[in-house]
Amino acid sequence: MEQLKSLQEFETLNTQMSATARPDMPTIIIPAGTCGRASGVLKIIREVQREILMRNLQEKIRLRITGCHGFCEMEPSVLIEPSGTFYPKVNAGAMKGIIDATLNGEVVHDLLYVDADTGEAVEKQNDIPFYRNQRRLLLEQNEKIDPLEIHDYLSIGGYVSFVDLLAEGKPPEEVIDEVKKSGLRGRGGAGFPTGMKWEFLAQAANGNGKYLVCNADEGDPGAYMDRSLLEGNPHSLIEGMLIGAYATGADSGVLYVRSEYPLAIKHLNNALKQSRALGLLGRNILGTGFCFDISMVKGAGAFVCGEETALMRSVEGKMGEPRQRPPFPVQKGINGKPTLINNVETWATIPVIMRKGAQEYGKIGTMDAGTKIFSLVGKIKNTGLVEVPMGTPLRQIIYDIGGGSSGKSGIKAVQTGGPSGGCIPKELFDLPISYDSLAKAGSIMGSGGMIVMDENTCMIDVAKYFMNFLKDESCGKCFPCRKGTQRMHELLDDISSGRGTMEHLELMEELAVVMKDAAMCGLGQTAPNPVLSTLKYFRDEYIEHIKNKRCPAGVCKELISFSINENCTGCGACIKACPEQAIKGEKKQRHAIDPACCSKCGACKSICKFDAIDIN
Amino acid sequence: MVNLTINGLDVSVEKGTTILEAATFYGFPIPTLCHKEGLSPYGACRLCVVEIGEEPQSKLVSSCTYPVEEGLKVRTGSQRVVNTRKMIIELLLASCPQSKTIQDLAAKYGVRQQRFRQEYEDCILCGLCVRMCNEQMMAGAIGFRGRGENRSIGTPFDIQSDVCRLCGACMEICPACQLRCTYNEPEKAICGACANLEPPCIAKDQFHDMMCYMDPCVACEIK
Repeated sequence: MEQLKSLQEFETLNTQMSATARPDMPTIIIPAGTCGRASGVLKIIREVQREILMRNLQEKIRLRITGCHGFCEMEPSVLIEPSGTFYPKVNAGAMKGIIDATLNGEVVHDLLYVDADTGEAVEKQNDIPFYRNQRRLLLEQNEKIDPLEIHDYLSIGGYVSFVDLLAEGKPPEEVIDEVKKSGLRGRGGAGFPTGMKWEFLAQAANGNGKYLVCNADEGDPGAYMDRSLLEGNPHSLIEGMLIGAYATGADSGVLYVRSEYPLAIKHLNNALKQSRALGLLGRNILGTGFCFDISMVKGAGAFVCGEETALMRSVEGKMGEPRQRPPFPVQKGINGKPTLINNVETWATIPVIMRKGAQEYGKIGTMDAGTKIFSLVGKIKNTGLVEVPMGTPLRQIIYDIGGGSSGKSGIKAVQTGGPSGGCIPKELFDLPISYDSLAKAGSIMGSGGMIVMDENTCMIDVAKYFMNFLKDESCGKCFPCRKGTQRMHELLDDISSGRGTMEHLELMEELAVVMKDAAMCGLGQTAPNPVLSTLKYFRDEYIEHIKNKRCPAGVCKELISFSINENCTGCGACIKACPEQAIKGEKKQRHAIDPACCSKCGACKSICKFDAIDIN
Repeated sequence: MVNLTINGLDVSVEKGTTILEAATFYGFPIPTLCHKEGLSPYGACRLCVVEIGEEPQSKLVSSCTYPVEEGLKVRTGSQRVVNTRKMIIELLLASCPQSKTIQDLAAKYGVRQQRFRQEYEDCILCGLCVRMCNEQMMAGAIGFRGRGENRSIGTPFDIQSDVCRLCGACMEICPACQLRCTYNEPEKAICGACANLEPPCIAKDQFHDMMCYMDPCVACEIK
């Protein structure tokens, strides 16, 4: 790759690329993010590559390996361009047929997506309800580019908005104004207006440098939207940070990525290398004298390092624990220099705003501006990443896009915002999504995790799960957070094992208020949310556990027992499945469970075909 | 000078002062546990929380780390602050009931019950010893390890550190087991840790060069 030394050369490269581009050439697009790889997409890619090479089809058909497109439930999937045909859950054997059909401009009807509601096959990706109801500003780019190819990113207009700034010599204040006008709020969870944050950094004294940080330490259980952007579109972050550096006068950038994302780290390193080689990063960018470089720091796997003050300490090489603000990072950040920290999604949105224009972007969404990616997981039919405009009601995300419950029982609640968020019951599903509305409902937007729960989920168990997570992940520096999470877990454990009293609830509420008030950082302050929100909306369940020693969802082991009803045909499947040899019975006779031996693992229930196992 | 209001009283203090220093100077007592003059503020025990700002936007901050701001409204004894303090003391009492410092705090702030499951821990992880060792004794022999419920204080890999001079400053400053150093009065001793520690004057026969905090000390008693 030859380094571009002037703005003119960048222009020439872009014209050359658009002259040689062949947009109508059939392209097989295979998403190969971490989720795709887990479902065996690499085998399919090899099959397609072999087919193309063996039959010498290089000039007739293209293969593009991209990051995740969002529809993880249907992985491994294949998308055909330019027709937009979508094949879900393909296997390596089917690829020959798909290639043949694509070459002939046909469609393999047997492999198409079938809409579960109408029972009809849907050909185009954009007609599938999952995609149709979204507004995909960021995720859409993932389909169009190979994350390992900087030229792919350039071909969709990448880096142009940044280079335009350099060419026009636009005053930095105007760039900040643009971001402010767009109404973008931080996508990491707290929702601080991004433009304002940038202004603070721009105004900070510029003694010996400023830092920009991209916070890619996504640690919420069940959330992976940042991963898909890091893996699928690393250059958009780099461009976002370049624009940020131009606007604020920062000279070094830090990508703080958790080491649990090896593929993301690989793609980011590659992207940094490529943009440096092309002269879009480093010293004297495109001969304009503008300098900005980005280095990468790998997080060692502490959840709390997603908190900005802890992150900064971790970048400095110290133990990742937060400190009290003020001083804010903008006043005193990494190595004492002014520092600005934005989330992955925020940085990736910046080039989109610049391309679209702040006003256009601001028009998207109600209540708050723009779109937000959510990772929709749990007991839902269409698991995946969903990008919707702000102000979309929860119901639309869960039922129209998510397709409703994956099992037989109905949806009971949705947990938003990760361990710091809360559970929102189905009665409130008409709630439009925005930072403030979610906070009012006792939850938070967070980084965008959405865990759907059905009637078989015990809310006490959910609260206990998150509290267990938090008591491990609390850094332990401040006392109310460290001991509060431990004690809260202890109280929840008491309730779920039948030792609870009404005083437990009172004490939990009292403790929650103190943790919220007194904890040092965001982790401790939001830690009681799962407990408070379940107490608010599912108090009956708590009382049922305490007074009647009963778990309505049949989850809390100490409170349930298994028995076999008259549906039993005596097939013996459960006898084989039981790890404790607790089930006895003659063949073709109704079996019975010995409660003394039963460890309540549920293996019999999951194997029984006749619905003969009851949970009491 | 910075002008602020503490509990309705208009005061002015020098720039850079913390709320804790300002309040103490003007005679408003704020309890602390992890704070000690001469050591860097840490803000971990959260006992020193005060309420700042106007309701309903007011919030609680640790006064030992919060620098005074012009026009700041501080309340050191509002209901919210008192409730928070009481709960923190209750939590402390539930974990570390044998500490005299914590017992005194409980008595002073009227905490008469402890509703959690009783634990008997030695350390409340206030970090005073770590900062003492690092900042005053210039040794840096001990530090924090682990996180969350596994957090503890000690030397790396639990091997005695080369930089430790056995000065005893860490034990002297510890609020959780102040009685450690009364080994010569065994009926008052709680953990007896000092009995297992060889005093430097015996080991090295060079007492005067050491900064010794082991007072009263077994070795001195023997002499």
